[in-house]
Amino acid sequence: MADNAWIIAALPLASFFVILFFGKKLPGKGAYVGIGAMAAALVMAIGIVGQVVAHTGATPFASERAYDLVNFGAGTLTLGTKIDGLAAFMLLVVCTVSLLVQIYSTGYMHGDKRYTFFFAMLSLFTTGMLIVTVADNLLLMLLGWEIMGVCSYFLIGHYWEETPNSNAAIKAFLTTRVGDVGFMLGIVTLYWATDSFKFTEIIEKAESGRITSGMIVAGTLLIFCGAIGKSAQFPLHTWLPDAMAGPTPVSALIHAATMVASGIYLVARLYPVFELSSAALNLMGILAAITMVGAACMALVQDDIKKVLAFSTVSQLAYMTGALSVGGYTAGFFHLFTHAAFKGLLFLGAGSVIHAVGTNNMSEMGGLRRYMPRTHATYLIGCLALAGFPLMAAFWSKDEILFDAWNAAHWGTAEEGVLTSPLVGKVVFVAAVVTALMTAFYTTRMYCLTFRGTYRGTAHPHESPRVMTVPLLVLAVPAALAGFLNSPLMPRRYNFGTWIRFAGVARAPHLDPTMVAFSVVTGLAGITVGYLVYGAGLPVRDPTLNMGFATKLFQNRFYVDEFYLRAIVRPVRVQVAAASYWLNQNVFDAPPNLAGKGGVAAGRLAYSFDRNAIDGVVNGTGRVASLFGRGLRLLQNGNVQAYATGMFVGVVALAVIFAAR
Amino acid sequence: MGSWHDWALTLSVLVPLIGAIVIAILPSAAEQAAKGLAVAFSLVTFLVTLGILFTYKFGDHAGFQFELSRRWITVVNSNYHLGIDGVALPLVVLTGLLTLLCAIYSVKIIPAPGKAKALLSLMLLLEVGMMGTFISLDLILFFVFWELVLVPMYFMIAIWGGPNRSYASVKFFLYTLFGSAFMLLGFLGLYSNGGHTFDMVELAKVGAAGGFTQNFQYIAYLGLFLGFAIKVPMWPFHTWLPDAHTEAPTIGSVLLAGIMLKMGTYGFIRIANPIMPAGARAFAPYIGILAVIAIIYGALCCLAQREIKRMIAFSSVGHMGFVMLGVATLTPTGTNAAVFGMIAHGVITGMLFFIVGSVKERYHTGEIAQIGGGMLAKMPYMGSLLTFVAIASLGLPGLAGFWGEIYALLAAFNPAPGLNVALFRALMVGGAIGTILTAGYFLWLLQRVNQGVVPERWRKERFSDVMGIELAAWTPLLVLILALGVYPRFIFGITDTAMKTVLAPFLAK
Repeated sequence: MADNAWIIAALPLASFFVILFFGKKLPGKGAYVGIGAMAAALVMAIGIVGQVVAHTGATPFASERAYDLVNFGAGTLTLGTKIDGLAAFMLLVVCTVSLLVQIYSTGYMHGDKRYTFFFAMLSLFTTGMLIVTVADNLLLMLLGWEIMGVCSYFLIGHYWEETPNSNAAIKAFLTTRVGDVGFMLGIVTLYWATDSFKFTEIIEKAESGRITSGMIVAGTLLIFCGAIGKSAQFPLHTWLPDAMAGPTPVSALIHAATMVASGIYLVARLYPVFELSSAALNLMGILAAITMVGAACMALVQDDIKKVLAFSTVSQLAYMTGALSVGGYTAGFFHLFTHAAFKGLLFLGAGSVIHAVGTNNMSEMGGLRRYMPRTHATYLIGCLALAGFPLMAAFWSKDEILFDAWNAAHWGTAEEGVLTSPLVGKVVFVAAVVTALMTAFYTTRMYCLTFRGTYRGTAHPHESPRVMTVPLLVLAVPAALAGFLNSPLMPRRYNFGTWIRFAGVARAPHLDPTMVAFSVVTGLAGITVGYLVYGAGLPVRDPTLNMGFATKLFQNRFYVDEFYLRAIVRPVRVQVAAASYWLNQNVFDAPPNLAGKGGVAAGRLAYSFDRNAIDGVVNGTGRVASLFGRGLRLLQNGNVQAYATGMFVGVVALAVIFAAR
Repeated sequence: MGSWHDWALTLSVLVPLIGAIVIAILPSAAEQAAKGLAVAFSLVTFLVTLGILFTYKFGDHAGFQFELSRRWITVVNSNYHLGIDGVALPLVVLTGLLTLLCAIYSVKIIPAPGKAKALLSLMLLLEVGMMGTFISLDLILFFVFWELVLVPMYFMIAIWGGPNRSYASVKFFLYTLFGSAFMLLGFLGLYSNGGHTFDMVELAKVGAAGGFTQNFQYIAYLGLFLGFAIKVPMWPFHTWLPDAHTEAPTIGSVLLAGIMLKMGTYGFIRIANPIMPAGARAFAPYIGILAVIAIIYGALCCLAQREIKRMIAFSSVGHMGFVMLGVATLTPTGTNAAVFGMIAHGVITGMLFFIVGSVKERYHTGEIAQIGGGMLAKMPYMGSLLTFVAIASLGLPGLAGFWGEIYALLAAFNPAPGLNVALFRALMVGGAIGTILTAGYFLWLLQRVNQGVVPERWRKERFSDVMGIELAAWTPLLVLILALGVYPRFIFGITDTAMKTVLAPFLAK
């Protein structure tokens, strides 16, 4: 089945075209086509995961198929699939979340005027994400990557009548494009280093030492730029919170569970190469530390429930990057896996809430647990998972990350050769602990402000329809339980790390008492403090909003967005552009214009000489507007053919001139 | 005599020429007949180019096909020498296609002041010149076709153009004529130093064998460079282009951007580089630098534009920059990328000019501020097509615009031996950064034209959305944008066969 994985990506692609061209005439206005295609894709994905799980043997599961797409000059570009454990589980994540989001959207988007187009875009987006997942080479991955980018642009700007939404869409596209420039150049670099775009060949050549370390460092750093943009890591994190302008199901699918995680997936795909580049690992670690703490700070002070989740997503993505930076390949991807479940759940839950109360602001919510029991129960599970409550999903995956950072910091006893500098390991570890604490706190704040206390708004909250709550219930299961897949409680044979391992490396999960202590203490401490402050609903003085300068700093997002806008975007769009155009009109266009004017003047002179000397008539009529003024007058008489003829005469004359030489 | 392979190329210029003459001598009342005949003649021409495409032997990697050589101007040893290879073939087909689509478009839409007969006759004459340029293997023949293009385009702008047409048409004519004068000098230099022949194939042999001294090559290359660079147009010789485009009627813009600009880049690949390898090596770094300046500068100028058509015109400057960056690398990858970029730009920008022309047709203005947004609500199909093509133009993978750009960047990483690697890698970075700006101005355009609410003044106006005739003329281009993006082999499979010929002096032996 894995050999035919291309079908998984082809299904939503076909559905996209069907919905785009015939959607409005179809039952369900096209939504059923998308859902049907995704359901079929999910079945295949489950089949492939089954193959991976059932696979035994010394070498990890792998299936590759390729078809030559471009074959010229120096190299060949293939259209091919590479399915291993990593890809299989990513397929599972993408298909599951996409299917649930589409089902959910039939309720959430009901009555939307661009309902059909919305579903077409969801199908196309999923196609892009699946191409990224199954791609066997970097260019094909870039193709899927950019398809996602453009769908993200369309979906963020779904309500394009309002300028802030289209601004957010443009910001998202351009910010990620900045990273993509690095990605493209990274592809180019690795291509010339290995003569290939293919992951397998690049990894082989890198591991066999046939690439200079300079090329590896340059290639990995550049490729990582793509991940920085797509996975919203500092300094390109600014687009993701704004992307919340899109409909909430889109936030769940694209801006939480799948697309933003594709940067992590990209690094994981090339992890054997990244492992050889200490520069890339160190940079990843430092950026991850900055991002996870910074985003958590910003999440503390939000009133918009989606913004809390958005900053939380940035922060959690940084957790994954941090994991990858300290050698935690399994831990990083496992966190991606669990995060997709609980963050998808939380976004869909938030959508259900917003659907009920008609606002994003938590200050106008409160007490919703009485009105929306199903949403409440599932949201609580999502919150506990995110906060790292013991035995819930993120508890296990965070635990692993802490453990890897601990070892990379050389505090532990494990003898693992990670190239990350111990200092970076320490930074990542401390940042991860601090972030875990803050995450537990702001998650509790969000939960309490929404569901505890009494309702503060003016709408009439109600539970959402079943098409929306059933996906919540389904996602609540992995949000609660998925963590066990990579826990020491699972036999080694049936273990996440074993399934996704690449050649050689597989590490069994550890149950290190120190780490468990860190995990449990930070998680519970954050939750307890949060509950003490917000348990009864919105306090009179919300402490996070009264931290003076810190609150101001966090609310203004550390002024990074402002800085980009004022220092880069506006100057380029206004001053630099205007200056270039001024140069164009006044400098580069000057010589031809001057020559033209000179020519016209000369023509006038000749003409006036002509009139004065030959006609002997002196009057002011017949001013020549241009060099060809006389010709134009004749043209206005409709005598075009004469000119065409004239030109043939000219050509003939040329021939004659040459003949006469 | 009489075989398809001998005469196919002649047919491809003869059919539109006969068409131009027939339409020109029709009685002046026969406007409808002129439209029908224009479609018929351009269709036959297109079928001839398709016939050439399908009878072209792709396995054959060596030299030219469909060659024909007859004595022409014997005194100067200039021959009627035609032939095509993988570089010319896609351009020939594109010429046939775009002209046909323009003819179809003109069935319903003729710009003021009417005179469909004259316009269509000129259009077919233009096709003769463009087609001839791509199939000539003799410099004098090439020059004749090259110059032939100027005249119909001049009249198209001067008669059917916008308010400032007189200035724009004269500027276009004189600027390009200025360039061709130097080009002709270069040709004459090649003739007298290259064994008294104008034959490109012969001259390439002379050049490859080192028959031209370095100093001669520098001077002659400069002459050719001026002629070609103005046509492309390369920065800073581009200033005629925005004016010409802004004023030109829709079909003029389509053919100007779609085909005519490629004559310049084609000249570099076909004539300048293979005949004067030392000149090419000496100029390549500067061409690369100008190309990347064009990419970034063109994008910046686009950001400053307030008129939609003028913006698209400036976008051509940047896109042709990518083509020239590919050319400057003097590698198969770069040259393949350049030809791909030429075709992609012809299809995409041709399409953009079609759409913009139709938008202006409805709103009677191209000022972005006056259109004021909301086109997606006012004309959903037109708005969607604009979005699609704009996204293609900004180089989204999976659509036609991508491959030329990525492979140009790829080629710049490792240019031909002897070129400055560090410089070209810097150029690669510069070009890549330009893609951000490109995305920026296109998305900003979409925001201001397509999105937002419909302004008060247009609320009550009734615009027809995309019309049947427009759809008929555009569908092939829309399909190609997707097809070339998904299956780049369509082009690379053809162009790659020519690399041994056009890059012979630069390939490792």
